[in-house]
Amino acid sequence: MLSPIILLTAIVNGLMTGAVYALVALGLTLIYGVLHIINFAHGALLSAALFAAFFAFQKLGLDPYLAAFLIAPAFFALGYGLQRFVIGPASHGDDRNMLLVTLGLAVLIENALLYAVHADTRTIDLAYGFKSVDLGFTFIALPRLISFLAVFVVALVLWLIMALTDTGKAIRAVAKEKLGAQLAGIDVAHIYAITFGLGTACVAIAACLLIPTYYANPRAGNAFVLVAFTIVVLGGMGSVPGALIGGLVIGVVESLAGFYFGESLGQVGIFLIFIVVLLVRPRGLFGASA
Amino acid sequence: MKAFLPIIVVVAALAVVPLFVHSNVVLNFLVVTLLIALAGQGWNILGGYGGQYSFGQAAFFGTGAYATAILQVHYGVNAWIGFAAGIAAGAAVGAIIGALTFRAGLRSSYFALVTLAFAEVLRIVGSVTPITGAGVGLLVKLDLRAQAFQFQSRTVFYLVILALVAVSLVIAQLLERSRFGAWLIAVRENEDAAMALGVDAFAVKLAAMVVSAAITAAAGCFYVQYFLFIDSGIAYGTWISIEALLTPIIGGVGTVFGALAGALVVKLLGEGIKLVTGDVPGLDLMIYGAVLVLVIRFAPRGLVGACADMRTYFVRRTKLCPPIGEVARG
Amino acid sequence: MAEPLLSVEGVSRRFGGLLAVNAASLSADAGRITALIGPNGAGKTTLFSLISGFLKPSAGKVRYAGHDVTGEPPHRLARRGIARTFQIVQPFAGLSVRDNILVGAYLRHPARAAALELAEQVGRDVGLGDMLDRPAHALTVAGRKRLELARALATGPKLLLLDEVLAGLNPSEIRDVVPVIRALSASGIALLMIEHVMQAVMSLAEHVFVLAEGRIIAQGSPAQVVADPVVVEAYLGHGAAAKVGDAHVH
Repeated sequence: MLSPIILLTAIVNGLMTGAVYALVALGLTLIYGVLHIINFAHGALLSAALFAAFFAFQKLGLDPYLAAFLIAPAFFALGYGLQRFVIGPASHGDDRNMLLVTLGLAVLIENALLYAVHADTRTIDLAYGFKSVDLGFTFIALPRLISFLAVFVVALVLWLIMALTDTGKAIRAVAKEKLGAQLAGIDVAHIYAITFGLGTACVAIAACLLIPTYYANPRAGNAFVLVAFTIVVLGGMGSVPGALIGGLVIGVVESLAGFYFGESLGQVGIFLIFIVVLLVRPRGLFGASA
Repeated sequence: MKAFLPIIVVVAALAVVPLFVHSNVVLNFLVVTLLIALAGQGWNILGGYGGQYSFGQAAFFGTGAYATAILQVHYGVNAWIGFAAGIAAGAAVGAIIGALTFRAGLRSSYFALVTLAFAEVLRIVGSVTPITGAGVGLLVKLDLRAQAFQFQSRTVFYLVILALVAVSLVIAQLLERSRFGAWLIAVRENEDAAMALGVDAFAVKLAAMVVSAAITAAAGCFYVQYFLFIDSGIAYGTWISIEALLTPIIGGVGTVFGALAGALVVKLLGEGIKLVTGDVPGLDLMIYGAVLVLVIRFAPRGLVGACADMRTYFVRRTKLCPPIGEVARG
Repeated sequence: MAEPLLSVEGVSRRFGGLLAVNAASLSADAGRITALIGPNGAGKTTLFSLISGFLKPSAGKVRYAGHDVTGEPPHRLARRGIARTFQIVQPFAGLSVRDNILVGAYLRHPARAAALELAEQVGRDVGLGDMLDRPAHALTVAGRKRLELARALATGPKLLLLDEVLAGLNPSEIRDVVPVIRALSASGIALLMIEHVMQAVMSLAEHVFVLAEGRIIAQGSPAQVVADPVVVEAYLGHGAAAKVGDAHVH
């Protein structure tokens, strides 16, 4: 039997990774909860953000945690623009069209990255990247601890936006009852775009948190996002607590499964959970009935 | 019989192309185009006519490909039998996935997600199991005899894939004129209303999925015979899922010739890009992604649909039809 | 008396804490027009969904032509001969009128030629004869209601559930549709109609059931039901029957 220390370390690592999963899933569930579409481009946007963080470090010498303050707004604007001018107008009243458009965007962005920077994997070396924090029973890499805490800060900020600002209230109104919100004078197209922008910003922040310990690669985002899909489906489409808790759970499950069964089969395990949840309880643990 | 005339004309026209074209490069291009058209027609049956958008057509393509490759390489089975077995295997996978997802009542986005997930699972499994050659893939032995479903002349390959495409066109045409097709389209338009009219939506969708899977699997089997190599990324990769859905979308979903027309456009575009920029990885798919976005944004009914729309537009403009007093489109 | 074609026995349907339909019983006979009326939100469409297989009852039985068909799916019931129209019309918007009706006609006629012929005939019978080639989305509300009816008829039903088929029609359109409905009944089909247009109910229905808050509160001939104080109260509120009675006296 494996020593409890190793097990605990695997669990702690899982929580750290899970937090970032949760942030990515948060963006996805926010978009679904309000726009009711599954954003297939989420993964490609994550890849793009990872490269943005990478280049910010390499060319501008920006620490990724600082770069986040630049990249997040930039990606917010990108997300806003995409929804307002491309995805929204493409729907023509049929949700399936939006599925296709986000898929098209995913392919476009991913391959644009491939074309521009080739398939090489890029990593960065932070000066303090290898510092560890002693928790008593185990050590955690400092960057991972920072990202764990940062995710909760972001979640808190998002919650504050939703609860206290006018825009946040408008978003909640549109999510609940689009027609009513429209009749009350809310510009739904604008709110949709803001929401998409917020979801994309989440992804951008996640990328900045990831880059110290992960890598930038055109397909990297996809690996993450399929896990994020699983979390969103498990936690319930449109449920914020579901995304957070689900993220942590999946992070731990993946860490333990990868430990015992190896990387690839760990991934298959995640997908199988995904498929089973979709087939058996599509609304997930916390989601509303479809 | 009259309904099949366009198919006969198109197929005959394509069949005589090798009489005029002897360049292997062009023939190769045509073979690949028809291969994609076949895979696309598979998607079209379920997606175009049935309205169920699968994002994981690779699951069937790859199963067909691996089935025939494994049978030939590991068990020495005859290539033609392998071909048939591959189609059957693909159809079986379609039946399983269809039964699970439709029984669960999954629609639209969830259906797309689940099919994507199934394809990914198969891809990962295929990249690690020994029987599929794991990361290395499978190489089918070169054996240029008709019995081994390999041909010295590219022209013969071309005619074979053309025959397969012709069959898929006929299937689509038969579908359009049959009760099954009418029911499938009804389910696409409004599943509840269809059920109220006696349509067993589950059975209809499942049957469409099986046909769709079989056609796409046939494309996978042919791929193996033509290229003699298969690995997980090729068999179950997203590239084929994307191309299989892109071609009917561009060419016109739910039409007989949509997949063929779309394949020609997509592949010509791909070749054109290569001419201009050289064979750069990612560029072709990038353009395909952009095309998909643009098509959905501006012409969601694809080429065929846009042609029909333009016809109506011009007819009304020139007042060849009496004023109709139409209610505005909802 | 022979068993009625349709016999709904104590059917209930619960949605979480809400009892939408509460031990409702009704019946419908071949060749007769039966109406189901009641104030808004009474549960009439829910009851239709329970009868036509779109919802499963939480309790009770549905008997049709001597069989227990409780909980059978809609397509199976359609094959048995139960057809329904929807309150919010559901045309196959992208298809032509003819192709819409064709879908229904195919139920009992697998061959295209025969099904087409039936579809065109039914289309003419409901008055859509000159619209057969038009796309369904180009029809007016009245046209779409006729299309809904035509599609259901093409399936050759013995029992037809009409959900507010007259809603949204102006008086002249109603005048045009009423004879069509009468002709259907005369041909032997059992008709069960949810209706709010009272003049139609009075002139068409031979038997009326009144549903309020999920319960059948009254039944009888149209004249009986309209005079029933319980029914008046259900529509107009508590104490209304007395007021109406007073008004009559004076």
